[in-house]
Amino acid sequence: MIKPLYFIPLALFAFFAGLAGFMLTQEKNQFVESQMVGKPLPEFSLRPATESRPGVSLADFQDGEPKLLNVWASWCGPCVAEAPQLERLKQSGADIVGVAIRDRPEAVAGFLAQHGNPYSRIGADDLSALQLELGSSGVPETFVIDGQGIIRHQHIGDIRAADVPMLLEKLEDAR
Amino acid sequence: MKALQLICALLALLIAPLSAPIHAQSDVPPAPYAYTQLDDAAQEAEATALMHTLRCLKCQSQSIADSDAPMAGDMRHQVRTRIAAGQSPDAIRAWLVERYGDYVSYQPEVSATTWPLFAIPALLLAVVMMVLLRRLGRKRSDDPASPIS
Repeated sequence: MIKPLYFIPLALFAFFAGLAGFMLTQEKNQFVESQMVGKPLPEFSLRPATESRPGVSLADFQDGEPKLLNVWASWCGPCVAEAPQLERLKQSGADIVGVAIRDRPEAVAGFLAQHGNPYSRIGADDLSALQLELGSSGVPETFVIDGQGIIRHQHIGDIRAADVPMLLEKLEDAR
Repeated sequence: MKALQLICALLALLIAPLSAPIHAQSDVPPAPYAYTQLDDAAQEAEATALMHTLRCLKCQSQSIADSDAPMAGDMRHQVRTRIAAGQSPDAIRAWLVERYGDYVSYQPEVSATTWPLFAIPALLLAVVMMVLLRRLGRKRSDDPASPIS
């Protein structure tokens, strides 16, 4: 007769193997969420990313009106996909400020000509400096900024049709 | 004929990813200090050591020192310029952790979520020591050669 105590290592092994197997079936959250939600934007000033729109600075976010800050780039594929949703947000009254990451003026102009320009301002973030300050880890990302320049919400990835009402609501909440 | 078809199919598989890039990247030149070392060797050593312990956010299993992603280059630029400006590596790490959480740092920290990682080995070691001491102690008293008091 084997002592029941001797089964403990086997039971432990089975438990860990089962746990590992279970974790493999779980979807992994690949997103690195910003820890800056609830904190103010830093002091910054970005030159215009293209001729058709002015650049962006902190003061533009402190005029009392909540805004969307859209981190994007002309070289980014999902940004093309979200362009129609940004247009819908604009038509619903959202003020969208663009921050173009590592981009060229002519490439920005080309993108806007092809996919529309929902932006009131577009700043050029040539060294991803503002992006790093925001705790943003990719393009596209969209932040809801309240009228005092405080970050209220981060949306990671392209905006889908289903996200539009949610973002409008977040903008309303930030008022 | 079959073999030729197979080769064509394999070639098509090889070429397909080239025609449609999955990860688009910026074609803007890298940041000034992405690939350029600092003039001061001591500062550069400090910066390099730090870069090896900071995680690339785009390519999540590499450090920013090992990654060629443009964003990793921009992060190296930040590290080098901040070191050159006199900031300590710990302050730069804290600046990034404040924005991205523990995730961005490869340096293990004892926190509310990680303390078991440090506590469990110590606990196991203590248990092993106890068992070992008991067994050794018992063996000595069982030893017939030892004088019986």
